[in-house]
Amino acid sequence: MDWTLIFSRAVESGIGTEAVIYALAAIGLNVHFGYTGLLNFGQAAFLAVGAYAIAVTVSTFGLPFFLGVGIGLLLAVVLALLLGIPTLRLRADYLAIVTIAAAEIVRLVVRSVALEETFGGTDGIQAFSDSFYGLNPYPAGQYNLGSIIGFDERTMWVLTVGWVLVAASCFVIYLLMKSPWGRVLKAIREDEDAVRSLGKNVFSYKMQSLVLGGVIGSLAGFIFALSRSAVQPDLFSTELTFYAYTVLILGGAARILGPVVGSAIFWALLVLISTGLEEAVNSGVITFITVNQVGPIRFMLVGLGLILLLIFRPQGIFGDKREIALDAR
Amino acid sequence: MHADEAVANRKDGAQAVFAGLATEPGVAKPDPILVVDNVVRRFGGLTAVDVAHVEIQRGSITALIGPNGAGKTTFFNQLTGFDNADSGEWTFNGRRMNGVSAHKVARLGMVRTFQLTKALSKLTVLENMRLGAQNQLGESFLRALIPSLWRKQEDEITERAEELLQRFKLDAKRGDFAGSLSGGQRKLLEMARALMVKPELVMLDEPMAGVNPALTQSLLGHVKDLRQQGMTVLFVEHDMDMVRDISDWVIVMAQGKVIAEGPPDTIMSDDRVIDAYLGAHHDAPLSAEEEERQLAEAEAALVAEAGLASGAGPNETVTTRKEPVDE
Ligand SMILES: Nc1ncnc2c1ncn2[C@@H]1O[C@H](COP(=O)(O)OP(=O)(O)OP(=O)(O)O)[C@@H](O)[C@H]1O
Ligand SMILES: [Mg+2]
Repeated sequence: MDWTLIFSRAVESGIGTEAVIYALAAIGLNVHFGYTGLLNFGQAAFLAVGAYAIAVTVSTFGLPFFLGVGIGLLLAVVLALLLGIPTLRLRADYLAIVTIAAAEIVRLVVRSVALEETFGGTDGIQAFSDSFYGLNPYPAGQYNLGSIIGFDERTMWVLTVGWVLVAASCFVIYLLMKSPWGRVLKAIREDEDAVRSLGKNVFSYKMQSLVLGGVIGSLAGFIFALSRSAVQPDLFSTELTFYAYTVLILGGAARILGPVVGSAIFWALLVLISTGLEEAVNSGVITFITVNQVGPIRFMLVGLGLILLLIFRPQGIFGDKREIALDAR
Repeated sequence: MHADEAVANRKDGAQAVFAGLATEPGVAKPDPILVVDNVVRRFGGLTAVDVAHVEIQRGSITALIGPNGAGKTTFFNQLTGFDNADSGEWTFNGRRMNGVSAHKVARLGMVRTFQLTKALSKLTVLENMRLGAQNQLGESFLRALIPSLWRKQEDEITERAEELLQRFKLDAKRGDFAGSLSGGQRKLLEMARALMVKPELVMLDEPMAGVNPALTQSLLGHVKDLRQQGMTVLFVEHDMDMVRDISDWVIVMAQGKVIAEGPPDTIMSDDRVIDAYLGAHHDAPLSAEEEERQLAEAEAALVAEAGLASGAGPNETVTTRKEPVDE
C-alpha cells in the first residue's frame, strides 16, 4: 500500500476546492442555524443562484464576469427575502419545509427543458470562466506545497481566491458575533419572545441573518462554478445542504472556525477512507470488496463516524461541552 | 434617615391617591398611565379575557390577582402585543396601543416579564442583561462591524448591568450561562433584564414564584424601589401577604373579567372576591350565614346532579362545590 499517496490525497482534499466550497456553504449555515437558530435546509439554492448567475451572465448573455458576480450576490439577497418574508414570522419548522421546497424549485427551474436556452437544461453551462482564469497570477505549472501535495496553476488560483473568501467571511462573522448585533441573533436562537419583550425587532434580525448566510452561500456557489468551469443542476440537490450541515456539526455550530475545520476534516477523512480502501483492495490487503464498492462504503463509514461523533462529542470539535449540558436541564 | 422618609412619602403619596376611591371594577384613577377598554380574547368557545374598563394609576404599584385560569397572563399578552385581542382598545400614556407589535410596545416603555421564565440559556448572565439596553449603536449591522463606534456605549451598558446584578444578588453569576441558573435566580435575572430597558411601566407576571422567602423580602424592596424611581408597576401574584405588603391598589380578575378593585387591606374581604376564589383555597374566613348558604347550595347542586345523572355541564357545579373543611 502506498501510504504517501493516501495521505497526500487526503491532505490535498482537506485544503482543496471541495473543502473551500463546503466551508463557505457551512459558514452561511452557521449564521442561520448556529447563531440564529434558523433551520435553513435550502442552502443548496443559494449556491445554485451564485453559480448560475455567473454562468448565465457570461455564457448565455455574453456579459462581463464581474457583472455576473454582482448579479449573483443580488439574487442571493432576493432569494433570502423571498424565503423569509412569508416564513420568518411563523414557527421555525415552516422555514425548514419552505427552504427545502425552494431549493428544489431552483434546481428544477434551471434544469427544465423550457428554459434550456438560458440555463442549459440537465447538461448545464460551460465556458464562462475564461475571464476568471485570465486574472490568474500563477504561471502555468505544477505547484508543490510541502513535499507531498501539489496543485496545478488553475487550482492554485481557485484555492487562493477561495481561502481568501473563507478568511474574509470568518473575519466578518467574528466581528459581528462579538458585537451587540450578534448578541441579538444568539438571543433569538434561545428565545424569540424574550427578545421581543426587550424591544428588538426579531423579524428584521432574522431576515438580516438569512440574507447574510445566503450571500456567503452564494460565494460558495461562485467557487463551485469556477473550480469546475461548469455548472450542472443536479450538483445543487438537497444532498449538498445535508453535507454542509454535517460539516457544520462536525466542526461545531456557533463557532467561528467550526465550519472551516469541519469542512477540512470532512473532506480529508472522506478521501483518506476512499483512497485507503482502494489501495487496500488493489494491493490485496482487503479481498472481500471490489474497488467499485469503495464509493458507497466510504459514505457508510462517514455516517458511522458521525454517529459516534454525536454520541461522544455532540458539541463538535470546537464546541463547548457546557452548552450541551444546558440542553438537558 | 432621609431616604427612608422619602420612601415612606412616595408610598403615602401613592396610597393617598387611592384614598376614598370606589371599589367598583373600572373605577377612574386621577392620573392613569394605562387605560383599557373592552378587551376581549376568546379561545374557541372560551372567553379568556373580557375586560370592560380598567385604569392603572401612574407611579403606583398595582397588583392583579385572581384564581388560576382567571386570564391574567392572557390579559398581559394582549396589552404587550404578544397576542392579538379579538376586540378592544387601550392607551399607554395616551397613545393608542392596539395592534402595536411586541417590540414596539417595549420600546415605548411598557415592559413585561413572563410567568414561565425566559432566560436566554446560552448567553451569560451579563449578556442577558446587556441585551435589555435600548438604542444600542452596535445592534445595527454595519455599525456592528466597527467596534470603536459602540465600545463606549457598551461599557456604559455593562456598568448599569453590573449595578442591577448587584442589587439582585446575581453579580457572582455574571459570567455563567443563564441556563445554569436555578429557577428562582432566573426570575431575578428576568426582572433585572426588564429593568435594563428603562421602562415606565413594568408588568411582572408572578415575579416571586419560586423565589425563597428571604430573597422575596429583598425583591419586595426592589419593587418598592421602582416606584421610588417613578416607575409604575403592575404585577400578578398569588401570595396575598406579598400583595398586602407592597401594593397600593389591587385589581381582581375572575373568568376573564375584572370583578373588583380596591385597597389591599380590604379587598380580600370583598364578597365578590370571596366568591371568585371559592372552590380554590382562600384565607378570608367565611361568615356563618355565608357558609350555611353555600352548604345549602352545594347540597342542592348535588341533588340536582344526581337527578340529572351528569346531564349538567361541569362548570355549573364548580361554583358551588365546597372543599372539605380542615379541622
Ligand atoms: N393559547 C391558548 N389556547 C387556549 N386556551 C388558552 C390559551 N391561553 C390561555 N388559555 C385559557 O385561557 C384561560 C386563562 O389563562 P391564563 O393563562 O390567562 O390564566 P392566569 O390567570 O394567568 O392563570 P394562572 O394564575 O394559573 O397563571 C385559561 O382557561 C386557559 O386555559
Ligand atoms: Mg398566569
